[in-house]
Amino acid sequence: MIQADLNVILPEIVLAAFAMLALVGAVYTGKDKTAPAIVWATGILMLGLAVWIGTRGTATTVAFNGMFIDDSFARFAKVAILLSAASVLVMSQEYMQRRGILRFEYPLLVALAAVGMMMMVSAGDLMSLYMGLELQSLALYVVASLRRDSLKSTEAGLKYFVLGALSSGLLLYGASLVYGYSGTTLFSGIIQTAVHGEVSLGLLFGLIFLISGLAFKVSAVPFHMWTPDVYEGSPTPVTAFFATAPKVAAMGLFARLMHDAFGAAVSDWSQVIALIAVASMFLGAVAAIGQTDIKRLMAYSSIAHMGFALMGLAAGTELGVQAMLIYMAIYATMNVGTFAFILTMERDGAPVTDIRALNQYARRQPGRALAMLILMFSLAGVPPMLGFFGKFYVLRAAYEAGLGWLAVAGVVASVIGAFYYLRIVYYMYFGEEGHEIEANGSPVLWGFLMASAAVMLLGVINMFGVEGAAAAAAATLVN
Amino acid sequence: MTVFSFYLFALSAIAGGFFTVVSRQPVHSVLWLILAFLSSAGLFVLLGAEFVAMLLVIVYVGAVAVLFLFVVMMLDVDFAELKAEMARYMPLALLIGLVILMQFVMAFGAWEANEAAEGLRTQVMPVDRHNTEALGMILYDQYFLLFQLAGLILLVAMIGAIVLTLRHRQDVKRQDVVAQMMRDPAKAMELRDVKPGQGL
Repeated sequence: MIQADLNVILPEIVLAAFAMLALVGAVYTGKDKTAPAIVWATGILMLGLAVWIGTRGTATTVAFNGMFIDDSFARFAKVAILLSAASVLVMSQEYMQRRGILRFEYPLLVALAAVGMMMMVSAGDLMSLYMGLELQSLALYVVASLRRDSLKSTEAGLKYFVLGALSSGLLLYGASLVYGYSGTTLFSGIIQTAVHGEVSLGLLFGLIFLISGLAFKVSAVPFHMWTPDVYEGSPTPVTAFFATAPKVAAMGLFARLMHDAFGAAVSDWSQVIALIAVASMFLGAVAAIGQTDIKRLMAYSSIAHMGFALMGLAAGTELGVQAMLIYMAIYATMNVGTFAFILTMERDGAPVTDIRALNQYARRQPGRALAMLILMFSLAGVPPMLGFFGKFYVLRAAYEAGLGWLAVAGVVASVIGAFYYLRIVYYMYFGEEGHEIEANGSPVLWGFLMASAAVMLLGVINMFGVEGAAAAAAATLVN
Repeated sequence: MTVFSFYLFALSAIAGGFFTVVSRQPVHSVLWLILAFLSSAGLFVLLGAEFVAMLLVIVYVGAVAVLFLFVVMMLDVDFAELKAEMARYMPLALLIGLVILMQFVMAFGAWEANEAAEGLRTQVMPVDRHNTEALGMILYDQYFLLFQLAGLILLVAMIGAIVLTLRHRQDVKRQDVVAQMMRDPAKAMELRDVKPGQGL
């Protein structure tokens, strides 16, 4: 039994074993001198694992007495997590090295966080859910305060840690209530306690606490307060990481818990998530208007985008999960490109995050400005770009599930939110002549920027097969 | 006798917990906490879970509580000031607490005990194997995955603590064993014949 079980979690074992071996190796050899090599090795390993997981077939396997589920849904999320984590890692190498904050622990913590995320999306039990979540969160708290001599970075780490601990407490409390009222921690057991689509009041209480804890992890309103401060204070590559892989993992976990454990009582949680989604979309759209710091702006942007992804989840249907997965894949790709651009923004060797520094950027760097324009249009959801189709899918899913008001609210919020994305474009093309920023940065960053923009344009044709994979993934989750 | 001991331990556990919270002196709080741990250990012994009881005494009382004592004594925290700060938000906190309490009373009203759970409660211990064996089966067999994940989490915590706090000081002299072994006594010291009244 154990042999078969271990085979199922082999990708996770490989990644964890690599992290541990590299840790020992780096400590006994060159320490931080080995960091660039480890960054690239980790990135390449993650890429390899993503390819391996992506081609592992379509079977659904359950391991460790139901605690670990390996199905198409988990594999889709894992590929998205590994690819975005690998991209961000590779992007950060040159930036961090130049500023002397590249330490060999950084790629290893990211790798261990990725192991936690893979556990999260494969969780089949409240306990393995919590273990995966904590493994991920703990590594994220540390990388947030990686620049330990900076007040802002340590503040970001501490804030994230304290609020994260609080949300873990909420989640655990919910889990204990669910266990108390259903008698089991297995998702497959919990779903059986809901007879005729009705769950007991106590189970509902636990569910609400679980949703609160998870809403914190995806930074949905009203649990979003930490996001702008943590995004602003963390080193930019770490912010890029926060905005991509952990969000995909948390949304995957959210969908997994809601459908696998509470799939029999969709109407009970769908309204709660719809409310969170509306609040997130509007807060993200409105609060970002006053921001001039691009990292804070991206934080509010991610809150708004999580609102859209949650809209797909709120639909509670197979189409909704499919829309959510497509949305998250597009969102992660857009953010990788956008952060690749942000990482190149600097003046006299120091990073710049003020968006007004982008004035007249297009005149000096027309190609890069065009790529950024495509990404911004895509983030705003302007039609020819892929970002529009992501929004279109969730809106359609919400509408077809009878949540017409939610879809309307989503359209309104996306129109409001378009303002601040377009303002960046405005500064780049029509801004006043002012203090210029240099467009430094390694070819890797420019490559990611261009590739991401190209995907936003060319993906319109067939989405590189993501649509079909997401449909298959959603079908295994919702049935 | 068992019933009497149960109520004795239960009451002292509750009293310990209560005074942990309300004590003005942090050191007293820790001492009350130790009482709560010891009483819980007693309850475990009554259930027949001797191993867990001993773990509670050794780990919680022996290590954690003593560590707490050290932290409380070492840290220079003005608890009076903290309490004054808390008092400002007390009315709001009480209101929210009351609302949540009422909600939980409602939720608890909907609770009904499962018959299988009743059976489990009367027979806490497995019959066919002893304490440590049963725990081992759960920890290393049934929940093998969780055990390993917990290990990874601890590893991350350790890496994190080192990353965030360790500073390599340049002025520290480190021992180099190979260099010490390879030292040549002829080069390491020199014999001088110091003549009286002349110096070197």
